Amino acid sequence: MSEREILFENVSKFYGEVLGVNRVNLTIPPGITALVGPNGSGKTTLMNLMTGLLRPTQGRISVLGVAPDQPELLFRFVGYCTQYDSFPRGMTGYQFIYSYLRLHGQPDKESAEMAWQALERVKLTDAAHRKIAAYSKGMRQRIKLAQALSHCPLVLVLDEPLNGLDPLVRAETIALFRALAEEGQHVIISSHILHEVDAISDQVILLSSGYVVAEGQIHGVRTEVEDHPMQILIRCSRPAQLASRIFDLDTVVEARVHNDGKGLLVRTKEPERFYLMLNRLVVDGVDLESVAPADDDVHSVYEYLIGPDGGSI
Amino acid sequence: MNSRTWSVWRAQVEAILRIEIKKTLLARRGLWIYLLAFAPAVLFWIHAGLNLRHGRICDLGRDSLIFAGMFQFFYLRLAIFFGCVGVFMNLFRGEMLEKSLHYYLLAPVRREVLLAGKYLAGVIVTAAIFCSGTALSLAALLVHVPRAATEQYLFASGGLGHVLAYVGTAALACVGYGAVFLLMSFLFRNPVVPAALVLAWESMNPFLPSLLKKFSVIFYLQSLCPVPAQVRGDWSFLAVITEPTPAYLAVPGLLLVTLAGLWLATRKVRRLEINYGTE
Repeated sequence: MSEREILFENVSKFYGEVLGVNRVNLTIPPGITALVGPNGSGKTTLMNLMTGLLRPTQGRISVLGVAPDQPELLFRFVGYCTQYDSFPRGMTGYQFIYSYLRLHGQPDKESAEMAWQALERVKLTDAAHRKIAAYSKGMRQRIKLAQALSHCPLVLVLDEPLNGLDPLVRAETIALFRALAEEGQHVIISSHILHEVDAISDQVILLSSGYVVAEGQIHGVRTEVEDHPMQILIRCSRPAQLASRIFDLDTVVEARVHNDGKGLLVRTKEPERFYLMLNRLVVDGVDLESVAPADDDVHSVYEYLIGPDGGSI
Repeated sequence: MNSRTWSVWRAQVEAILRIEIKKTLLARRGLWIYLLAFAPAVLFWIHAGLNLRHGRICDLGRDSLIFAGMFQFFYLRLAIFFGCVGVFMNLFRGEMLEKSLHYYLLAPVRREVLLAGKYLAGVIVTAAIFCSGTALSLAALLVHVPRAATEQYLFASGGLGHVLAYVGTAALACVGYGAVFLLMSFLFRNPVVPAALVLAWESMNPFLPSLLKKFSVIFYLQSLCPVPAQVRGDWSFLAVITEPTPAYLAVPGLLLVTLAGLWLATRKVRRLEINYGTE
């Protein structure tokens, strides 16, 4: 069993007769992994299974070599920021983190120090002694993040962690996730905000109706979507002239001048071959500014595999 | 299992106790439990006050019989019983309904340690409430008795032993019913159902075959009460008590029932899932 990865082996979870996730096989390496899918696709179920809040109906899960049904070992190195927006009654922000650290068995002084560090990390020190019940949505989200981070875990599981955060804190939080991933930690994020997922994740897991539709680095996933030829945006002068030459290539499925008239949108099933040929096509009088994939992102992959309205394709 | 493991468990139980005692002891929605616990004391104090005011002489023998009846038929069977329903059924189930139980389950705490911590907190809270209720009622009983008669009762007629027996029995009732209702909280979503079932079972106890009698809490508690309750008229069936079990058997018997309940509860808590949507 891998000590460096999170493994799902043929994992299924049923809520009575309702499917949560089905036959999930995953290997999640260190870095930022995004779970993407519409509501009810199984993202939270997968996270709850990973952290032992749910037990699989069948299959086996291992988080860095530890089974999730051993919370006494698992949560020494796992921090989970759940989507649940409820807190123990009457607690202040500080008490929430401090008591959590005491539950780890940490002594009083260390718990207090670590609690303040965690609160500082999410910029909540000023509100530390206020009751959580009086916190705004964004503050509640931050205090949950502080809890998940407070014991410096190796694996961070974050269910919609950016919900309710203002742009500044959002940017800082993303930077924090990046820093943790660069240190070799696992950061597993579920999010509906696809452009953010795209910007921060090293790899994605796309879920739909309880099934893993695709997984891996976003470029690799995009390449495997053969039904939708890759779209490439070429910024250049005289796009019409370039288009007429590009039409002659057998790798090109479609080419059209961009709406702004300053470039070309090309669809090709063999992008690598197309890039090679493009060099030969650039002739005098056509200045190439940039060539970049136009749909090599989570949003496009999501749309191709799951559908624009979140339904399954 | 090394000493480091034990010290971590102890620290974790202490952390759970701090959270739970604060939450349960001062809960506004637990006011009715205080009412149940202290209502007899209030009545005994009013009675004592009236006696003192009108200069009536107290009959300690008669009053101690009244107390015995109140203790067995109201305090043990209803007040402590329902107080434990309110506290112990909420330790896990209540937090499941409030969607806050995951707070504990996200910490590196063995589920058994969590159960032990919560149970202990429940016992401390209920025992503190009901033992003080018992002690206050007994104090009211003695407050309007002449000092010499009180000293005679306490130190020469075994009264002090009675006081300790009543307070101890109240504490043991919390221990026993606590374990029963903690287990029930994993089996039933609606606390009314197990409360009704257990109440029926406990009420049937005097009429059960001797083997079945032992699978109840009241069987042992009644044996520990120092003064047998006397009930006349239509309620006399409540007073059917078969051969009382000696204390040296009743206490271990009650603790065995408690341990059995807790053992079954640990099996349930180990498989506990957070699925707030279905609650």
